[in-house]
Amino acid sequence: MDIAFLTDTFLKLIAALPMTLILFVSSVAIGAVIATGLTAMRVSGNPVLAAISRAYVFVFRGSPLLIQMFLIYYGLGQFPAVRQSFAWPLLRDALFCAIMALAMCTAAYQAEVIRGGLQAVPAREIEAARACGMSGFLLLRRIIAPIALRQALPAYSTEIVLMVKTTSLASLVSVWEITGTAQKINAQTYRTMEIFLVAALIYLVINFVIIRLLGYVEYLLSPHLRGRPAPAST
Amino acid sequence: MSDLPPLALSVRNIHKSFGPIEVLKGISLDAHEGDVISILGASGSGKSTFLRCINLLETPDEGEITVAGEDVKLRRRRDGRLEPGDRRQVDRIRSELAMVFQSFNLWSHMTILQNLIEGPVHVLKRNRAECIEEAEALLDKVGIADKRNFYPSHLSGGQQQRAAIARSLAMRPKALLFDEPTSALDPELVGEVLKVMRALAEEGRTMLVVTHEMGFARNVSNRVLFLHQGRVEADGSPQELFTASSSDRFRQFIANFQG
Repeated sequence: MDIAFLTDTFLKLIAALPMTLILFVSSVAIGAVIATGLTAMRVSGNPVLAAISRAYVFVFRGSPLLIQMFLIYYGLGQFPAVRQSFAWPLLRDALFCAIMALAMCTAAYQAEVIRGGLQAVPAREIEAARACGMSGFLLLRRIIAPIALRQALPAYSTEIVLMVKTTSLASLVSVWEITGTAQKINAQTYRTMEIFLVAALIYLVINFVIIRLLGYVEYLLSPHLRGRPAPAST
Repeated sequence: MSDLPPLALSVRNIHKSFGPIEVLKGISLDAHEGDVISILGASGSGKSTFLRCINLLETPDEGEITVAGEDVKLRRRRDGRLEPGDRRQVDRIRSELAMVFQSFNLWSHMTILQNLIEGPVHVLKRNRAECIEEAEALLDKVGIADKRNFYPSHLSGGQQQRAAIARSLAMRPKALLFDEPTSALDPELVGEVLKVMRALAEEGRTMLVVTHEMGFARNVSNRVLFLHQGRVEADGSPQELFTASSSDRFRQFIANFQG
């Protein structure tokens, strides 16, 4: 085993970790904002808004993310109007395009996860809240959202873990995150097994931390699903 | 008449249809403060719908509702049906009329104590510490003070319903609406809930109780309303109705319970 090579590879890949984390954090965060909007449109009761939301989810969930990324980064530049627009400095930036592609795609999945959580809120708990005088934002904030969040969290965790791995696609639009950097080293050395094993190990460690964190949040939010507490001493 | 307590609740000529089916065909009811009114009827007679129209969980198609002297604003839509005229008034009226449901409807993600203070703190905007103190007293009153940090799923049905009754009392309501409060309970748990309800009646609370508990209707309430096919078929004191009702349907109805 070539410890020196492994160490060298590890250090080069770890140097690319911040880029992977930037892609991950910003796309999940922007995606969550878009997903909230999509969900609000979907449950708004307005048929036009609901149809737009459904169409968005269909397109972004139904087509490959890699193709979406190519269309945004390489495709949009074909149009002179885009090249002359105010957005061009952003749209010719590979990192910006990669983040937007990741965000728009995860938004579709997150919207479905949130919608599932909302639908699982028992109608009778909402009714009890209405019957004591809650409505509108108070009802959403105190009853609907907390219950929906608890219902949605397991599926949401899965989506977040998937997104950590999906950031590797950004390497194909020349963003030098972990996978892209690994490919670069591979092209120079052809020591595929060692390089990609180190890369895989880094992804595993990131996801291990994320899974534990999300598991802890889930634990904090679900005491009602566990055993009885000890009776309070009065 | 002048020595009657003031009206807590007055409902006039309530009509309600679901699609082509007319569930309520003009029901009126005056409840004075301290009245305990049992609403009886076969399933499908409209008694739950009637109760839910009072706090506008269902909007009646026709009718007038007055709570503690305040008229609930209803306005007519283009299609002729009614809708609430003022959402904020509806919220306030609901906060003054606590409801106890057949399936308890406690908030599953909150402890029993949190369930009790939720409405007082966030709807009535009362002081939190004061609400906790009052909630603990209420839990003590319904006999589950030791369960205050439990979640609803950790309690038996009877305990959950007693918690739900305590939650409704925490709103300091002007009247209590009970929608078949014991119908979802195992027979051996019915008694503990009825005991709490009887204690509330003895305190002089104004209560409207949709129920199948003939014992409660007969011994605790001071008035019985019997609904049949969306109309009031019999109305009177339990003594009058249970011993000498002029309604054949009511006599038949109670015979089914006694047989």
